Amino acid sequence: MNVTALKRKLDLTPKPAAPVVALPPRNSDRLAPWRKRGASLASTVLPPLAVLVVLLTIWQVGASGEGSGLPTPVQVWIDSGFLIMEPFYVYGSQDIGLGWRVLTSLERVAYGFGLAAVVGVLTGAVIGQSALMMRGFDPIFQILRTVPPLAWLPISLAAFMDSGPSAIFVIFITAIWPVIINTAAGVRAIPQDYRNVAAVLRLNQVEFFCKIMVPAAAPYIFSGLRIGVGLSWLAIVAAEMLTGGVGIGFFIWDAWNSSRLSDIIVALAYIGGTGFILDRLVGWIGRVVSRGTAG
Amino acid sequence: MKYLQIDHVSKTFVKGSKQAHVLSDITLTIDKGEFVSIIGHSGCGKSTLLNLIAGLTDVTSGGIVLDGREVNAPGPDRAVVFQNHSLLPWLTVYDNIKLAVSKVFGATKSRAERHDWIMQNLDLVQMSHAADKRPGEISGGMRQRVGIARALAMEPKVLLLDEPFGALDALTRAHLQDAVMDIHARLGNTMIMITHDVDEAVLLADRIVMMTNGPAATIGEVLTVPLVRPRDRIRLASQPDYVRAREGVLRFLYERHRLVEAAE
Repeated sequence: MNVTALKRKLDLTPKPAAPVVALPPRNSDRLAPWRKRGASLASTVLPPLAVLVVLLTIWQVGASGEGSGLPTPVQVWIDSGFLIMEPFYVYGSQDIGLGWRVLTSLERVAYGFGLAAVVGVLTGAVIGQSALMMRGFDPIFQILRTVPPLAWLPISLAAFMDSGPSAIFVIFITAIWPVIINTAAGVRAIPQDYRNVAAVLRLNQVEFFCKIMVPAAAPYIFSGLRIGVGLSWLAIVAAEMLTGGVGIGFFIWDAWNSSRLSDIIVALAYIGGTGFILDRLVGWIGRVVSRGTAG
Repeated sequence: MKYLQIDHVSKTFVKGSKQAHVLSDITLTIDKGEFVSIIGHSGCGKSTLLNLIAGLTDVTSGGIVLDGREVNAPGPDRAVVFQNHSLLPWLTVYDNIKLAVSKVFGATKSRAERHDWIMQNLDLVQMSHAADKRPGEISGGMRQRVGIARALAMEPKVLLLDEPFGALDALTRAHLQDAVMDIHARLGNTMIMITHDVDEAVLLADRIVMMTNGPAATIGEVLTVPLVRPRDRIRLASQPDYVRAREGVLRFLYERHRLVEAAE
């Protein structure tokens, strides 16, 4: 023991010169987290990219034949590459880039979905408070939520007589059901303990709603909002068949009427991308807001 | 003077056509500053009794009067320390207590006074170091300390503790029992504690209320613990009064009112 200890001590003495040797690995260490991040980024981005290339190739080969009704990806690029490269051009009040069109549609969805979110959370909160109301309303909501957006169009038009509010109503009525159903379920799931705390503190209805109910039910509410935002974006094409104008939904309808298939395909990609971003955005907000509740 | 008076209270839960007679003819008076433990086998309705005093559950017959006013709804004058702490997980320790303090003292104390009062109560349970942590980030014993601080911060007339240390390990429980004794000695609160731990009951209480088994449970016996305060758990173990009190509770629970599981 003593001898090894002594050896160790002896080994230590020449080390002061060592730092020079120790520097290079430290440098590479500093890069390691970046390399790790790069690797994880590559592992999430590369697989979908590869699948996309494969699918585009299949599409290209499949649609290349004589008399094919569908344009190939290359054809789409030739016909409508301009729409992809220039999302924000303005050539006139009706001739604008797809980026602008998406924004116009998003504004419409913001009204419809915003209204659905507010009304849905409040309605769900009230219904979730009572088992009797839940039993009465739930089957009806479950039926109404399966009605497709297009089916609401005629009723909406008959009720509002005007295309603008009708379109927003279609988005609203499509998106509201999952918000109500999930909020009600979340309110029902609030632990009795939190209700007892509120009772002992004599919180009034408004305080209970803001301080206990919304934070406690936040994970449920946000999963409802996430489904709702997806549905309201699904309803945009149906809604804009009514309104006309410059939205992305109407663009598709218009392109179909003038047989510009390539434009439709590009617009589909825009709609899909925007829907994906909306979904992730609401999911992210939900995660941030309900961080405490889950823990 | 009778501070808290529980007068011929019965409780029957009705669910559809089923009736459950849980408590029957409970009469008990508690003085100001007294520490009372309620002990009994699980399912004897001791938590129900606490909920009745808290006002979280309505009495079926009889009445409860606290400081000259009838209890018929929950309120901050009867703060409860719940068995599973019941802190709101999305609020920090500080904000959990602030919720209570703002509600109770929002009109009577200034913002700065309220802040001092929150910190003072956190100090009392030695948790001021964790003011900015969320309940998920602290241990079970710490959460229960915060639960006690929140209840104390309401400045209640009666502090109701519902098996507050049941879920904690023995060492942590001993620490918290000492903390509660210390708080009781300093502030002189009236406290009612539900427990199923004989040692805990004898160590903490001035009187031990022993409940018979349900259904239709009632008070079987009340034992006065003649031990002087401050009490020290190590020295108590060899004191004849302590041993006798402990034996009395044990005899009640395991000889005369043994829990018969097959009663169903």
